[in-house]
Amino acid sequence: MDAGPLEILISAVLVVGGFFALVGSWGLARMPTLMTRLHGPTKVTTLGVGSCLIASMIYFPAMQGKVSAHELLITLFLFLTAPITANMIAKVHLHRQRRGLDAEPMDGIADSLPESGVGTGWATFAGRETEPSDPPR
Amino acid sequence: MIEIAVLFSISCVGLAMALNLWRLARGPTQADRILALDTMTINAIALMVLMQIQQGSAVYFEAALLLAMVGFVGTVAYCKFLLRGNIIE
Repeated sequence: MDAGPLEILISAVLVVGGFFALVGSWGLARMPTLMTRLHGPTKVTTLGVGSCLIASMIYFPAMQGKVSAHELLITLFLFLTAPITANMIAKVHLHRQRRGLDAEPMDGIADSLPESGVGTGWATFAGRETEPSDPPR
Repeated sequence: MIEIAVLFSISCVGLAMALNLWRLARGPTQADRILALDTMTINAIALMVLMQIQQGSAVYFEAALLLAMVGFVGTVAYCKFLLRGNIIE
């Protein structure tokens, strides 16, 4: 069985993709607090999925002669949405920790925030007088 | 050679989904669960792409694209719900 250079390239990218997906989830399972857990899925897993999509992007035109833009679309969408998702989740965590809604795992992140540097405090905590009266638990 | 690499990748992603499931069940905070669910969606997309390479068919691309969009919208909706108490203000 002779392995062409293209085949070796596709295999290498596939192995890298699987490895990074595993490392991202390992970080999600092993890290101590949520702010550290955010790093694994948002960066490493995105890279792993990107590698799988790159392998598919090489495989289908090279082996079957079919070219499609779907991989590019998925890659673009994932790379655009991963930071937004991370930002939203961190915001949820900050607000819930600050208001004491998460029962026992208070990691003190909301009390140890640094100064915002503009003299008015953090923008996400501004105007919280209009909170819903009965927030979801 | 590609077959072995694809099998290795599928095993890695499957193991990663098991780890995500553990984090989803364990918690301990709501934000952890949202994060685990979002990661599971991304891993499912990777699994679909790998399955396509294994089978040599390009059937699942639309499904992967849809899953990417719906997963993102679902995550943002859950975050908005926890922040505001409703989704559409």
